[in-house]
Amino acid sequence: MPEMKKTREGFGRALAELGRTNPDVVVLVGDLTDSTMVSFFAKEFPDRFIQMGVAEQNMMTAAAGLSLIGKIPFLSTYGAFAACRCLDQIRVTVCYSNLNVKIGGAHGGISVGPDGATHQAMEEFSIMRSLPNMKLIVPCDFHEARKATLAAADVWGPVYIRFGRENVPVVTDPDTPFEFGKGLVLREGGDIALVACGVMVYEALQAAETLAGRGIDARVINLHTLKPIDKVLLTRAAEECGAIVTAEEHQIYGGLGGAVAEVVVRHCPVPMEFVAVDDRFGQSGTPDELMTAFGLRAKDIVAAADKVLKRKPERVF
Amino acid sequence: MEQSDRGNPYRYDMAGLQHKALEIRRDIITMLVEAKSGHTGGPMGFADVATCLFFHELAYKPAEPKWPDRDMWFFSMGHVTPIHYSCLGEAGFYPLRDLMKFRKFDGQLQGHPSCLDTPGVEVSSGSLGQGLSIAFGTAYGSRMDGHPRRVYALCSDGEHQEGSTWEAIMAAGHYKLDNLCTIVDYNNIQIDGYVEDTMGIAPFAEKYRSFRWNAIEVDGHDLPAILDALRQARACKGKPTVILARTIMGYPISFMRNLYEWHGKPPTPEQGEKALAELGTTYAEWSSRLLSN
Repeated sequence: MPEMKKTREGFGRALAELGRTNPDVVVLVGDLTDSTMVSFFAKEFPDRFIQMGVAEQNMMTAAAGLSLIGKIPFLSTYGAFAACRCLDQIRVTVCYSNLNVKIGGAHGGISVGPDGATHQAMEEFSIMRSLPNMKLIVPCDFHEARKATLAAADVWGPVYIRFGRENVPVVTDPDTPFEFGKGLVLREGGDIALVACGVMVYEALQAAETLAGRGIDARVINLHTLKPIDKVLLTRAAEECGAIVTAEEHQIYGGLGGAVAEVVVRHCPVPMEFVAVDDRFGQSGTPDELMTAFGLRAKDIVAAADKVLKRKPERVF
Repeated sequence: MEQSDRGNPYRYDMAGLQHKALEIRRDIITMLVEAKSGHTGGPMGFADVATCLFFHELAYKPAEPKWPDRDMWFFSMGHVTPIHYSCLGEAGFYPLRDLMKFRKFDGQLQGHPSCLDTPGVEVSSGSLGQGLSIAFGTAYGSRMDGHPRRVYALCSDGEHQEGSTWEAIMAAGHYKLDNLCTIVDYNNIQIDGYVEDTMGIAPFAEKYRSFRWNAIEVDGHDLPAILDALRQARACKGKPTVILARTIMGYPISFMRNLYEWHGKPPTPEQGEKALAELGTTYAEWSSRLLSN
């Protein structure tokens, strides 16, 4: 079993690092200091930490106001509130004005667990993707969450970063390269491409192992940046592998799968399958129970691979 | 750095302000007739307050819209663009001829303010209830930096029906942001009718005071009183200030005053001519003044 760590801790640690290196970084929180792990920053930089209370709309637009005088505001709340409750503020004030606001959306996905559907954000990808000027990063583990947060400070304009609640397997290491906007091939293969983000990267790697046991070489792509999307990498994967399965801890419509399909259909159409939450709200349960019940396991990726491989055309040379 | 070092580039006296307010009202009618769409009543009613701000109170440099030491103002009521754009044009942020392309495809003046299109517009707005929160953030950050900037949120009364406005009011009171000033265009009119009939907000000043603000009520057409209120706001320490400017929508046009029908429509060419006659000019005269500047 790999080491387990929280992505939200990567966010929190990175903010403290940024605090030390960049005096313009400020952090806003909506009454969730410990659970979004901005407490490291709060402790070290109390003068640059702003408690906004349970008022997410005001927090979002206040961050916009801070950005206007050169601050780099990171705000932190649960994704369900960040992406949904503040959507008008994000659309009009942050995105239409193209302001340098960084949104940390914690508690993304079904793996939030016992809190149930209201707190399991599973719509942020489709919402954020549809907004001009917005960038979207979905880190797969602790190290990547840290690097994504550091990178967000250097990318001009609105950035949304999605974190989870639970400990998740660490699949990268501190030295694994992270380039904003560029996907990463974690495993080479030419029979099928498994494109995943967030905790599903680990599941995709497990699925690739299973497939390898059957003589199928799966390429595993960690697509941490959903927007802007890495068209070159995805088109090459479509051309070289001829079939794609996407995997995400998010609703099936408009998320990673949709984003990949938009690229593939235009540049190199190949059969695709989508592993995602099938257009339904979440529920209470343990993260393990829920990941299995909602079809977000390596075995579900394997089943999707089997399905899509049947539709893969014979290669014509 | 003191306010006086930064200062307003015009600092007009009372006669100068009166004359500028008249010119601005002529701009508003002329650009709306030309655009054939837009909001008339609010911009006309807010013209005296806006003139005091742009030609006496605010520190800015028209040739350098992003001058780091500027005061900052946010038209949270985005829809009053005619007054916003006229003030920016008259102040020298862009040529006045641009006003004649208001709301047009090839112009830089969008129907609602867009900061990426128009110099002097800090943030895009148009969805109500956001400007005061933005102003809160800017005021908070300015205080953090020890910067003497003052920050103004220009809000409508009807906009106070948005809950997020009260989130910002609560936060500014909590953090005692005395570099923040909200000015409300308190004309008691919104699209569907009188504010008090649609969704009452009275007692307005008491609400602000209970959220730990300093509240000043003023006649929004009395220039000396407006300037005095702005002075009081600046002098007030330990609390943000709201200036509730009692205005008459459509002021001073005889057939527009206090009629909510004038919230969201432009004058027809005939109505425009009539209004401009009341303001001592004609469409031909004023449009050619705009186009030649």
